[in-house]
Amino acid sequence: MRFRRFLSVTKTVTARNIHNYLSSPALLIPSIAFPLVFFLTFLGGMGRIADVPGLVIPGGYKSFQFTFILFQASGFSGIFSGFAMAQDFERGFIRRLMLAAPQRGGIVAGYVIGAVFRAVIPGTVLFSVGLVAGVRVEGSALEVVLLLCLAVSFTLIAALWSCGIAMRLRTIQAAPLMMVPFFLSLFLTPVFLPLAFLTGWLQTAAENNPITRILGGARGLIAGRPNGTGAAFLVAALMAALLTIWSWRSLRRAERAGG
Amino acid sequence: MSPVLTQIAWIGRRSILRTLRQPAAIVPAIVFPLFFLVFMAGGLSSVASIPGFPAPTYLSFALAGAFVQGSMFAGMNGGADLALDIQTGFINRISLTPIRGVTLVLGQMFGALGVAFLQGTSYLVYGAISGVEFQTGLPGALAILLAGFVVATAFGTLGALVAARTGSAEAVQAMFPLFFVFMTFSSFFLPRPMISTRWFRTIADYNPVSYFIEAIRGLIISGWSARELTLGLGLASAVSAAGLAGASKALKTRLARS
Repeated sequence: MRFRRFLSVTKTVTARNIHNYLSSPALLIPSIAFPLVFFLTFLGGMGRIADVPGLVIPGGYKSFQFTFILFQASGFSGIFSGFAMAQDFERGFIRRLMLAAPQRGGIVAGYVIGAVFRAVIPGTVLFSVGLVAGVRVEGSALEVVLLLCLAVSFTLIAALWSCGIAMRLRTIQAAPLMMVPFFLSLFLTPVFLPLAFLTGWLQTAAENNPITRILGGARGLIAGRPNGTGAAFLVAALMAALLTIWSWRSLRRAERAGG
Repeated sequence: MSPVLTQIAWIGRRSILRTLRQPAAIVPAIVFPLFFLVFMAGGLSSVASIPGFPAPTYLSFALAGAFVQGSMFAGMNGGADLALDIQTGFINRISLTPIRGVTLVLGQMFGALGVAFLQGTSYLVYGAISGVEFQTGLPGALAILLAGFVVATAFGTLGALVAARTGSAEAVQAMFPLFFVFMTFSSFFLPRPMISTRWFRTIADYNPVSYFIEAIRGLIISGWSARELTLGLGLASAVSAAGLAGASKALKTRLARS
C-alpha cells in the first residue's frame, strides 16, 4: 500500500516535470542547444589536439570528446531538475504538494525521474549528431547500453545532489550552489586529453576525482575496449547511494521547515 | 568641462559606484574566466608541443581568451545595469533632464570598464606569476589593459542595445549563450591556422571575436603587430560604434515614449 502511494506520487510529479519541460521552449531549447554547441566547438575547433605527440586514443579523439559532452549534458539535465524544484519551492507548489502527498519520497523520485527524461532528448539529439559527425562507436550493442546506463546514472547523481540543495535552501538563488560544485567536479577530470597528459595539480585532482572513473569507464565502452567498467559502475552506485541519503535527509529538513 | 562631458562623468561615477556595490556581479566576472583559463592551461598544456603551435606554453596562448571572456561578462553586466535602470524607472526620471541617450549609454559603460580594469589586472598578475613571458613587456601589458577596455566597450554597447530595445535585464542575460557561441567559434582554443575543420575555420575567420582575441594574444606571445592590433581594435571600435548608435537611438525612442 505504501509503495503504491509512493508510485502514485512519483508518477504524478514525473508527469508534471515532463510536461513542463516539453511545453516550455525556454527549458527545451537550451538543453538541446548547449551540448550541441559544446560538441561542435570541440569537434571543429579542437580537432588538431589529436596531434599532440604520443597521444593515442582508442576509438579516436572525436569519441573521447563526445563522451565528455554526453556526460556533461546528462549531468546538466540533473542539475536543471534541482532548479525546477527550487522554483517550485519559491512558488509554494511544493508546500501544497507536501500537504497532499501521502508518500513524500515520491516527490523527490518524481523530480529525479523527470531529470532522466530531460536527459533523454538532448542525449538522443547529441548521439544522432555525433554519429553523423563521424564519432566512432566501436563498442558492441551491450557496451553501448552500458554506456547509456552510466550516463543515466550520472543524471541521477546530479539530480539527487541538486534536489538535495533545493530542499535545504528552498530558493532558486541556491542555483550557483547546485551548479558550481558540479561544474568544478566535471572539469576536474580529463576533459580535453587523457589523464597521463594532464600536468601538476590538475592531474592529481583528476586522479582522485571519482567522476574520472565514471568517465574513463564510459570512454572505454564507446571505444569497444572496456577498461574499468566495473569500477565506473561501482563508483556511480556508491555516489548515487550517498546522494540518496543526502536527498532523503534534505527532504526531512524541508518537511521540518514546512515546505 | 563641457556639459556633455560633465553628464558622462556623473553617470559614469554612478555606474562605477553601483558596480562596486555589487560584488556578486564583479566576482564571477573575474573568477569564471580565470577558472576556465586555469582548467584549459592544465588540461591542454601538451598542446604546446604540437609542431607549429605559436606559443611556448598553452597558458600564454590562452591568456588572451580570458581577457576577452572577462570583457564579455563585464559588458553584459553593463547592459544589464542599463536595463535595470529602465525597469526601475530611473530612465523615466532622467528623461526630465537634458541628458541625451548617447550620454547615458557612454556613462553606463564606466562600470563595465571598471570591472574590465579589475579583470585585466588580475589576469596580468596571474599570467606573470605563472611564468608567462609578455613579449611586449610593460608597455604591452598597459596596451593589453587598454585593448580589454575597447573589447569590453564593444560587448557593453551590444548589451546596452539589447537593454534599450527590450528594457529587460533578463533579455540582456539571455544574450550570454549567443555571446558564448561567438566566443567558442573563434580562435579561442587554437590559432586559426591550426583549425583543421574547414567549416569551423570559416566561421572563425568571419567571427570578430577571433580578431579581438588575436590582438591581445599578439601582444602576449609575439610582439607588436600593427595588423593584428588594427584589425582587432578596429573591429571592436566598429562594433562599439554600431552598438552605441543603436542603443542611443532605441533609448531616444524610449525617452520620448516615457
